[in-house]
Amino acid sequence: MSTPVVEITGLHKSFGAHEVLKGIDLEIDAGDVVCVIGPSGSGKSTLLRCVNLLEQPTAGTITVLGTEVTDPDVDIDRVRTRVGMVFQQFNLFPHLDVLANCTVAQRKVLHRSADEASSIAMANLDRVGLADRAHSHPTELSGGQQQRVAIARSLSMDPQLMLFDEPTSALDPELVGDVLTVMRELADSGMTMLVVTHEMAFAREVADRVVFMDDGAVVEQGAPDVVIGAPTHPRTRDFLQRVLDPTHRHPTAE
Amino acid sequence: MTATSTGAPSSGAPARTRMSPRRRARLSRGIQYAILLLALLALILATDWSRVGTSFFNAGAASDMLPAFPRAVGNTLTYTLAAFAVGLSLGTVLALMKLSSVRPYRWLATIYIEFFRGVPALLVVISFGFAVPVALGRTIDSFILKAALALGMVSAAYIAETLRAGIQAVPRGQVEAARSLGMSQARTLATVVIPQAFRIVLPPMTNEFILLTKDTSLIFLLGLTAAQFDLTYIGRDALNSAHGGLTGLFVAGGGYLLITIPLGLLARWLENRTGKARRS
Repeated sequence: MSTPVVEITGLHKSFGAHEVLKGIDLEIDAGDVVCVIGPSGSGKSTLLRCVNLLEQPTAGTITVLGTEVTDPDVDIDRVRTRVGMVFQQFNLFPHLDVLANCTVAQRKVLHRSADEASSIAMANLDRVGLADRAHSHPTELSGGQQQRVAIARSLSMDPQLMLFDEPTSALDPELVGDVLTVMRELADSGMTMLVVTHEMAFAREVADRVVFMDDGAVVEQGAPDVVIGAPTHPRTRDFLQRVLDPTHRHPTAE
Repeated sequence: MTATSTGAPSSGAPARTRMSPRRRARLSRGIQYAILLLALLALILATDWSRVGTSFFNAGAASDMLPAFPRAVGNTLTYTLAAFAVGLSLGTVLALMKLSSVRPYRWLATIYIEFFRGVPALLVVISFGFAVPVALGRTIDSFILKAALALGMVSAAYIAETLRAGIQAVPRGQVEAARSLGMSQARTLATVVIPQAFRIVLPPMTNEFILLTKDTSLIFLLGLTAAQFDLTYIGRDALNSAHGGLTGLFVAGGGYLLITIPLGLLARWLENRTGKARRS
């Protein structure tokens, strides 16, 4: 077995006096799709953002693609070129059109030629079904289309790991499907993915492993059929009941 | 204002005693128009039009100024552009200093900004004329450079604050997205933050430029030769002539508007053009 793509040991993260992550251990192997689920405020997004150092961990080590990113002297920009990130709010560059959104980092960071960057961008836009919108501006697109462009933008850097931070949470319900379809195809193509999501059906069908987090710690992890289908821990069961049956009146609540 | 009826609106029929909001709005508009008409009428009747003609809009006095006018407009524009170049460069440096992670840089920028924002431009120009030769032991030969430095130093303080606010107004997610793609901090600033900040600061920056245009009227304090006369100078000069009264000032004022109004239109056009990309 080769070394894991992501290896997290003893990760702690505090914002001031508030401890958000209380010792996380997690490994992701090449080609694995790992979905992180859990109640809001459980530290899922913070965990994800620690992987590409958008948040600076307080303690612990994280190794990504063989580079220890928690090393104070790490060249994080270099690691980030190989780690794609998709945000809840898309964060497309509004002053650039769709194609330029997908080429700007290829040109400025990877120093690819204009032609090469453009053809790679077009291939990825085609992959997310938006090649015909290459010259639109982000504001002219629906949320679902913007998110698919954001995915294409990340893929254009030829990443070896993709991070998704609640990619469908800001979308209208009818637009969620298109984005999840793109993500599913990406998973099928063998991409290593770490996904923070509230889409239980997606996690159950696409994930190789589901991690349930609560209050800054991993409560339970394993195959989706186990964690989502037959959770052993009461906190997992409680969370899933609330998510899967939101109108259900919980016996202990109120 | 007047005594209100004591009848409780909840029990009675208020529609009968009170006007509907639509009717009240119409009445209020009618009153506003009437006041405007009366004020205009009073102004027209109270003014001595023949004196206004000879002393404010005296065609003879205006045509006397004509030979000096184009060069004065040109000079004013030159001083403004030169001072804006200084203000923008220095302002950018100050804005970046204010956002720096090195604390002394932030302090220095804050001190500079607070000082030059709080001191009248007039004082700065006067001190510049006298203090710099003393302090540096030499004079600045180029008059345009001298004027640009004096006015640009003041303008830089305002521009720095405008730029800083513009840079900080770019959403955090934009920086995160750029950094996640592997861009360095400097690359992110140049490729993602500054182009977006530029749009945000365009309207206040137009204000800055217009204010600077008017501040060039202060440079007579540095001592002007005939070739360096600006609009205000030739306006004041015309006051000394035997006839025409205040006409000189009106002509000079017209010269400023000749510069600032097209500029305002240009800025609005730019704003609309770049705004389209943002909001569909």
